[in-house]
Amino acid sequence: MPKIRNLDDLRKIREESKDLTSARSGGKKKIIVGMGTCGIAAGAREVLTAILTELDKRGIKDVAVETTGCIGMCQYEPLVDIIRPGEPRVTYGNMKPEDVSRIIAEHMINGNIVWEKVIGRTD
Amino acid sequence: MLEDLSQYILDIAENSAKAKAKKVLIELAVDNRNKSIVLRVSDDGCGMDEEFLRKVEDPFTTTRKERKVGLGIPFLKQAALACEGFFDIKSKKEEGTVIEAGFRKDHIDCPPLGDVAATIATLIMGWPECRWIFRYSVDGNSFILDLDDLIDHLGDRELLKSPKVVLWIKDYIQENIDLLNQKKGGEDIA
Repeated sequence: MPKIRNLDDLRKIREESKDLTSARSGGKKKIIVGMGTCGIAAGAREVLTAILTELDKRGIKDVAVETTGCIGMCQYEPLVDIIRPGEPRVTYGNMKPEDVSRIIAEHMINGNIVWEKVIGRTD
Repeated sequence: MLEDLSQYILDIAENSAKAKAKKVLIELAVDNRNKSIVLRVSDDGCGMDEEFLRKVEDPFTTTRKERKVGLGIPFLKQAALACEGFFDIKSKKEEGTVIEAGFRKDHIDCPPLGDVAATIATLIMGWPECRWIFRYSVDGNSFILDLDDLIDHLGDRELLKSPKVVLWIKDYIQENIDLLNQKKGGEDIA
């Protein structure tokens, strides 16, 4: 089977999308995924992949995605925090890959909290 | 217990990143002749002193404050020993840590490899300032991914935060893993 991808693709990705880096570390919109042992066991890595896929599909470039360790709410993992500037930080629990597109569309983009999946809010 | 090897790798390698490692080498070697899988994670992080090292395989040892149990290392050890493999950890304060776990491939309790590509991509995304090196080998043929090479091609480390780039890295690793797994069937016989 011939290889499809090689490292030179990265140069192309870079040249094609000059604005890829608008989600710099200081970005205001943020998605944080819990990736401690408890999160991993509950499927957090699959949720993270779903988030990246959704952002890429929608061409959203101003959202920074980060991972964090265990925050002590292991029973609700996978946990995903959504941060929008000037709004309370919202923690969603028991996330599944199939919940991702709804939370990105309704909350991250439109600003409407998806209450049924919320387990915490920090003002 | 975790589901597959890729989840153990993610969990163990995160310890390295949290130990402020600048370089982490993740080696996964599949040997079909000896029917073994050996995982080795080596880092140049802060390491552990002898006292902590003695306790680290105990689930009730952790440095975190959020909960009182640390399950990463005990889980990996248990998974390796459950399939008649081995587990070894060496560490030196201020120098780094090497964790090695061996699995018997034909043992009924040997965990599947799982999505190793997603694990490596997740580590790179989570700690882009760390130099991740991943080596996957099957019967002596290997694929090596060195984050420094990727950054040379990308030109900008910040690009590692782009979903497009992270997903590309995941697919690139997967493709090379598949390639090596296929090779095994044809060339191993000779």
